[in-house]
Amino acid sequence: MASFIKNYFIACRQIFIGNRAYYLWVGFLSFFILLGLGAYIDQYHRGLIVTAMRDQVSWGLYLSNFTFLVGVAAAAVLLVIPAYVYNFKPIKEIVLFGELLAITAIIMCILFIMIDMGQPLRVWHILPFIGAMNFPSSLLTWDVVVLSGYLAINVIIAFYVLSRLSIGKEYSMAVIGPLIIVSIPWAVSIHTVTAFLYNGLSARPFWNASILAPRFLASAFCSGPAIMLVLFQIIRKRSEVEIDNKAIFKIAELIAYAMAINLFLLGAEAFKEFYSGAVDSYSIQYLYFGLNGKASLVPWMWAASLFNITAFFLFLFPRTRENFTTLNIGCALIIMGVYIEKGIGLIVPGFVPDALGEIYEYSPTTTEIVITMGVWAFGALIYTILLKIAVPIYTGKLRFEIKERNVIMR
Amino acid sequence: MRKTVKKMDGIHLDRRTFLKGVALGLAGTALPLNKADASFWESFFQKHFKEMNDAEIKQVLGRLEREYEEKYKKVIKVGNQKAMPEVIFGYGLDLSRCIGCRRCVYACVEENNQSRDPQIHWISVLRFKKGEKWVDLVESEKYYNPEKVPEEGYFYMPVQCQQCKNPPCVRACPTQATWKEPDGIVVIDYNWCIGCRYCMAACPYGARHFNWTDPGRKSAEINPQTHYLGNRPRYKGVVEKCTFCIQRTRNGRYPACVEACPVGARKFGNLLDPKSEIRYAIEHKRVFRLKEDLNTYPKFYYFFAYGV
Repeated sequence: MASFIKNYFIACRQIFIGNRAYYLWVGFLSFFILLGLGAYIDQYHRGLIVTAMRDQVSWGLYLSNFTFLVGVAAAAVLLVIPAYVYNFKPIKEIVLFGELLAITAIIMCILFIMIDMGQPLRVWHILPFIGAMNFPSSLLTWDVVVLSGYLAINVIIAFYVLSRLSIGKEYSMAVIGPLIIVSIPWAVSIHTVTAFLYNGLSARPFWNASILAPRFLASAFCSGPAIMLVLFQIIRKRSEVEIDNKAIFKIAELIAYAMAINLFLLGAEAFKEFYSGAVDSYSIQYLYFGLNGKASLVPWMWAASLFNITAFFLFLFPRTRENFTTLNIGCALIIMGVYIEKGIGLIVPGFVPDALGEIYEYSPTTTEIVITMGVWAFGALIYTILLKIAVPIYTGKLRFEIKERNVIMR
Repeated sequence: MRKTVKKMDGIHLDRRTFLKGVALGLAGTALPLNKADASFWESFFQKHFKEMNDAEIKQVLGRLEREYEEKYKKVIKVGNQKAMPEVIFGYGLDLSRCIGCRRCVYACVEENNQSRDPQIHWISVLRFKKGEKWVDLVESEKYYNPEKVPEEGYFYMPVQCQQCKNPPCVRACPTQATWKEPDGIVVIDYNWCIGCRYCMAACPYGARHFNWTDPGRKSAEINPQTHYLGNRPRYKGVVEKCTFCIQRTRNGRYPACVEACPVGARKFGNLLDPKSEIRYAIEHKRVFRLKEDLNTYPKFYYFFAYGV
């Protein structure tokens, strides 16, 4: 037990060891976190009126980010599939970093839900036993179940792997194997349930299309791995972790397939809406062409489509996929494209026109943007700290020794 | 996203104001521990309404009355009249009579203590052009503002909570903060709602409204006869909606909107009573319900009493 506590402090101390660039980075993130916190305190006291959300469009930027990040969390772990099922070694070695990303993304998801709530202190009402959880009727409670379960699975896997490695032992697949197998359908479930959250509302025809859940998964398979590709390159550059180019190119190839499916599903949806042209197609019309002269999302949606199509071709051809300049351009395009398409471009049109046919144009206020940036900075800080502990353990630089009460820093 | 830049009234980036804000905010959010804030903890730990027994509810009502008196400097009664047996309320609206005057809208605001600043209305009156598409609500106008109503060539359709038999909002609520009472009224416990607004996304009638900030009104404007599940003053960050004036109708009175209507377009009564006005309308007129295709089964019936 004593050694456990000691090891805990050793791990904590690791957070404060770093060069100038590290401290600058942490300072940079802290600045945005404090800014966001200040803006949130203001929002807490004055109410959500400081946002641009109103009765007509009652969800906005916060829920958009939540939806996007659920996708990131799911996709980060779905890389497990090729790694373990086909025993593809180059990816298998870096799954840990994907799991840490999933943990970070889920924490950010929870924060985005919390800052969107009108009465955040009452959050315990949603819990089973002590609150009055409306399970299984409300899809939101399903989301609580799958997201917290997913967080737990990833924390357990990551903690187990790291604690084994930290004492210089191999981790046993017999222990985490079943958990990893469970985590695959579970990753699919968090995104499916989140899609169903919107999908099940007959009041909102834009969301009430059965293609929504498959589209969610397809776009998550694009944005999640794209974020990971960027992170892998940074990790590889800033530490001694070796990440095989083969792994990176393989993931890029997977992104190309996922993007093809995503574009196909979007096309199928657009065909049905525009060709049939019924009343229900107003929302998608508003998105891509504007409705009754209101068209604030139009440039964003076309930009997103352009980004996604360009990125698809960049990842499709081996020559551009295996060139780091075009690869990184592709990643940036996909992250932006999916962020728009699955963020604001998914949430807002569900409310436009609203249930009584009114067209209210939503565009986030400065407060909303500052708070959102604060949450992203907080997420980046969490991931940085997780890496700060995980990377030296992973490379063998940091080793705990049980009983002998000393740490070897090589 | 749009070019128009919204007024940035949220935060001030000047360092001192910012730090002051952070300090004040932290002090404000710090959980209160002194005696004066005992009611904070009482309200924080308040149980779900349906899990409380009569004694506990009485205690809560007493606490709320004290809180309201302190806040609004006036005696406000918070009742908890239960549903009457053998009663299911139904509403009828005669579209051929409605002249679009919005008297119902403002009578509702006064009766039910809605926020005046910013304005919250539980009734929306939609204006349609005669001969144009109608089921397509995008063609309607909510903010019409003529000198005189009714206007030539238009007709009007008021919409409020339809008190569905199969309410999508109740299904959506993650905390069971909203439910259907035995007399069919869908109510909200403003002390249990977490303000996630999932019910607003689920409602096909735009009937649910959110308190985006502290409800603003003069205490002289407050109607002191209230019901826990109805028109008692609400909080910032919770959802509210029409309750068929639960505080009136459970005491045998008409809803305020029915009384206010100058042309008698609004009918109200007990659906289980064969002699009620609403049953008469259902049996003798051709009624329809809004968005019937969604199978929400509203208890709000539209009809045309005569042809114009």
